[in-house]
Amino acid sequence: MTNDEIRAAVVTALRGVAPEVDPATLRTDLPLRGQVDLDSIDYLNFLMAIHAALGVDIPEAAYAQVATLDDCVAYVASHGPQAQPVPPGER
Amino acid sequence: MSSPNGPSRDAVTELRMPSLGADMERGTLVLWKVKPGDTIKRGDIVAEVETEKGVFEMEADGAGVVAELLVAPGTRTLVGAPLARLSAESMPRPAAAPPPQAPAAPRASPAARRLAAERGIDLASIVGTGPDHAIVIADVDRAIAPLRPPTAAPVPSAPPAAPAPSPLPAAPTPTTTRADAVRAMRQAVAAAVARSKREIPHYYLSVDVDLEKTIVWLAEANAKRPIAERIVPAALLVKSVAVALRSHPDLNGVWADGALQLRDAIHVGIAVSMRGGGLITPAIHNTDTLPLDALMRALSDVVRRARSGGLRTSEMTDATITVSNLGDEGVTSLFGIIYPPQVALVGFGSIAERPWAEHGALSVRPVVTVTLAADHRATDGHYGSRFLRQIGRLLQTPEML
Repeated sequence: MTNDEIRAAVVTALRGVAPEVDPATLRTDLPLRGQVDLDSIDYLNFLMAIHAALGVDIPEAAYAQVATLDDCVAYVASHGPQAQPVPPGER
Repeated sequence: MSSPNGPSRDAVTELRMPSLGADMERGTLVLWKVKPGDTIKRGDIVAEVETEKGVFEMEADGAGVVAELLVAPGTRTLVGAPLARLSAESMPRPAAAPPPQAPAAPRASPAARRLAAERGIDLASIVGTGPDHAIVIADVDRAIAPLRPPTAAPVPSAPPAAPAPSPLPAAPTPTTTRADAVRAMRQAVAAAVARSKREIPHYYLSVDVDLEKTIVWLAEANAKRPIAERIVPAALLVKSVAVALRSHPDLNGVWADGALQLRDAIHVGIAVSMRGGGLITPAIHNTDTLPLDALMRALSDVVRRARSGGLRTSEMTDATITVSNLGDEGVTSLFGIIYPPQVALVGFGSIAERPWAEHGALSVRPVVTVTLAADHRATDGHYGSRFLRQIGRLLQTPEML
């Protein structure tokens, strides 16, 4: 999976919780939570959508490493089973 | 509204436009989910109702057999207006008579329905491609693109826009724009908060609570959990309020007819901000009895449905207290406006590291400011103080929540 594909999937996950987000105006190097109206439940739902789409479970301790869109893409690229859904029992 | 003449004490003779809160004056019947001859019981979803705050699933407030539908889909009525007549006993199904619904209202998602209304498009002219041929937003988009969609279903005889003859008064189709919807939402909020500030003598208290134990416990618990089972601090805060209410019942109820009316069940209303503006406060039923996992799921679910539609009428009417949490926005504290006829609102600010003095020493702790806005007709500051103290105490043993 290329970084562009990961980026597209992350943006889709983000728009799932915040449909008003315009990817064209989103700064990818600035924290999402300053630019997008996300409360803690939205944020968790966003990470769950990333998990569902890309198979990467971002632990709570790593939240600081996924603050920006670029961070999210980099984290998924380096931790992902490359878009393989996580088999049941291995979570 | 309850009628004693039926076989069941639960029997009612009418379904009426429900009040979904102090700020609601009117509602639009969007869709019937029952037809004459159907037997219904309390809690059954009988219709979809739209207010300034979105589309809600209307639950029956009693049991009976639907005798007659009195209003057609699209009709806007005052709260309390009769929508359907019920009979107490089952009756032979009207074999020949078609339901007065006439052209069965097309199934459509709330978003599709709203977009179609915005653009003045008749849903009956659209072919649905969703589950069970429901009309989804993409179908409405397709209908908008060409002025007269060539792919529209061949409608037998009548042109799509002509309403089939119906014994019910035809409802004018309101053409709402997004700006109208936002204005309506603001007016609904304005009515509720103005009434609250006019009628309720508020008193306000606040306390800072050391959340070190809570945050450490939560981090350890979440580290072992898959993402879908993780718990956010807000769930613990809500649970602490619900459990503290058990020992402080005077804050769990409504002020009505000049007196405090206590409620046995604890249904915490959650203040949820709507994308695009406005506020809605659906209730989580029996909050104090839910294990933390179940409460987290309920919280997540109610926030999702508050924003996407699909809340039930009971969730809009049953709250016995409200919790508002603006912590995610970084504010230190919030002093809320009580949602009438409730008598209390608990506010949480952000959980932030602050200097904390204890036993003559200074350290840094995660701290939250908890506030209480309460109705002074119902309780006094002394009682409210003890309630806040109990919340703080409960948060020192998160594993017990």
